[in-house]
Amino acid sequence: MDIRNLTVASIRDSLLKHEYSATELAGEALRFAEAENGRTNAYLRLSSDRALAVAARVDEQIAKGEDPGPLAGVPVAIKDVIVTKGVITTCGSKLLAKFVPPYDATAVERIEAAGGLIIGKTNCDEFAMGSSNENSAFGPVCNPVAPGRVPGGSSGGSAAAVAQGTAVVSLGSDTGGSVRQPASFCGVVGVNPTYGRVSRYGLVAFASSLDHIGPFARNVPDAAALLRVIAGRDEMDATSAPAPVPDYAAELNGDIKGLKLGVPREYMQDASGDTALRINEALDRFRQLGCEVREISLPNTKYAIDVYYVIATAEASSNLARYDGVRYTTRADVNGGSLTDMYRATRGEGFGAEVKRRIMLGTYVLSHGYYDAYYLKAQKVRALITRDFAKAFEEVDALLAPVSPFPAFKLGEKINDPMQMYLSDIFTITGSLAGIPCMSVPCGNTRDGLPVGLQVLCKHFDEARMFRIAHAFEAK
Amino acid sequence: MLTEKEVRYVADLANLQLSETEVESMVQQLSSILDHMEGLRGIDTEGIEPMRQVLFPGNDADTLREDQPSPCLTNEQALANAVYPAQGYFRVPRVIER
Repeated sequence: MDIRNLTVASIRDSLLKHEYSATELAGEALRFAEAENGRTNAYLRLSSDRALAVAARVDEQIAKGEDPGPLAGVPVAIKDVIVTKGVITTCGSKLLAKFVPPYDATAVERIEAAGGLIIGKTNCDEFAMGSSNENSAFGPVCNPVAPGRVPGGSSGGSAAAVAQGTAVVSLGSDTGGSVRQPASFCGVVGVNPTYGRVSRYGLVAFASSLDHIGPFARNVPDAAALLRVIAGRDEMDATSAPAPVPDYAAELNGDIKGLKLGVPREYMQDASGDTALRINEALDRFRQLGCEVREISLPNTKYAIDVYYVIATAEASSNLARYDGVRYTTRADVNGGSLTDMYRATRGEGFGAEVKRRIMLGTYVLSHGYYDAYYLKAQKVRALITRDFAKAFEEVDALLAPVSPFPAFKLGEKINDPMQMYLSDIFTITGSLAGIPCMSVPCGNTRDGLPVGLQVLCKHFDEARMFRIAHAFEAK
Repeated sequence: MLTEKEVRYVADLANLQLSETEVESMVQQLSSILDHMEGLRGIDTEGIEPMRQVLFPGNDADTLREDQPSPCLTNEQALANAVYPAQGYFRVPRVIER
């Protein structure tokens, strides 16, 4: 078997035909992941015991003629901001280098219940804050398809794992584009589902009103299969939606002829040369598929970056207050100093530069005298941005746009200019603020061979249609 | 433009120790980010309700459950990652003087 070519469906087929066992597949996936890691640093650690235990159960179920589940034997990598019982979860932070979670995230639990093999935890920007994976305390990830370049962030390791083929699918988290952007940089599929579609229980909180767990895969059907498993109401997360979860796979092949697809004018203005070229070719393909492609306007797009960096940092400054040197494994030695001295030193030594910057910004915008000017204002403009989308969806069925204004950049190229790094999130942040489902699907390469991603955005809970559009494009 | 004094004040609010070099670079970086955010001020948001979260269709009570006890972490599990656990509690530097 060559793991790089496996799909969710082909694994199931091979297991049921006894071409190989889930245990053999787990062993091969773990071996391959270990061998490749020197090149990319995509994994922070492998979880052999868990993968082999579930593989043994899957083999037993098959031997007994029982259904081993929709993800039977599928090697899955999990971003290290999603907790795994008994397996160290660092969030890419020195501060949590030794943190062993006492419970599993709901998404992790559901993947294993469906027969998926959790093979390891993937590298990421510290607490999911970053667009290049260079903010990890454990070293950057190298883009497996573009050596010397970033894989994108913050879920860089999960994107790289799927792109290099060590995992068939993986989980990332998306707050402002952290699944879609690395997917586009690494040439894989990345999905940010509707806010509330997937339980956030066990996703270490960054910005609670914006955080999502989302799948990476090498094709749309695999991403749809993984989303179906992890989606749905969870008693452990009050913001998880009670809406029923459709069988996405069954609806994948429907006709997209006659669909109205909108292209936001504000996005196309900012895309660079080859990216714009590939996106325009994609639009032509949709016309050939019988869709009506028309320009629309999302006039408040230009405010999205500012709104996002007010709201996300404000929420982060509050969420990250819990890392105080008391409960989570690391405490600075202040040699007889006070409790406050201990808090300050622990956080000062433990957090990296980007996390400190965001805590500072978030604390500032929430502080006395600035709350109305920044935080409250940002929440009102967030409502305007969301209204732009609602209006657009009265006219069109879905939106098409670039994922990023440019393809994967070089390691070190943008790390010293935070504002430039923030601006690179412009096309993904708007969908995050509105809470709508959006995904990245590969749409060719630049002349230098760097992958470009096409973004498909739909109405709340309209993932089935989003997958159908992406799949029609991918299959063409 | 943020001053050095303001940066130190905010760092204290956030319980964050910063080195001298960090204070200097925060002055520069936060100022440039906040300058960019000035653009928000001029937007007309008269009569717009602030959006605090994304709401899904349904009734408020749809996500509530019966208030019944169920198993939770044991004391030992909850303390497993504590830096200095002591007799079932978290231990911190002394906060009350004799």
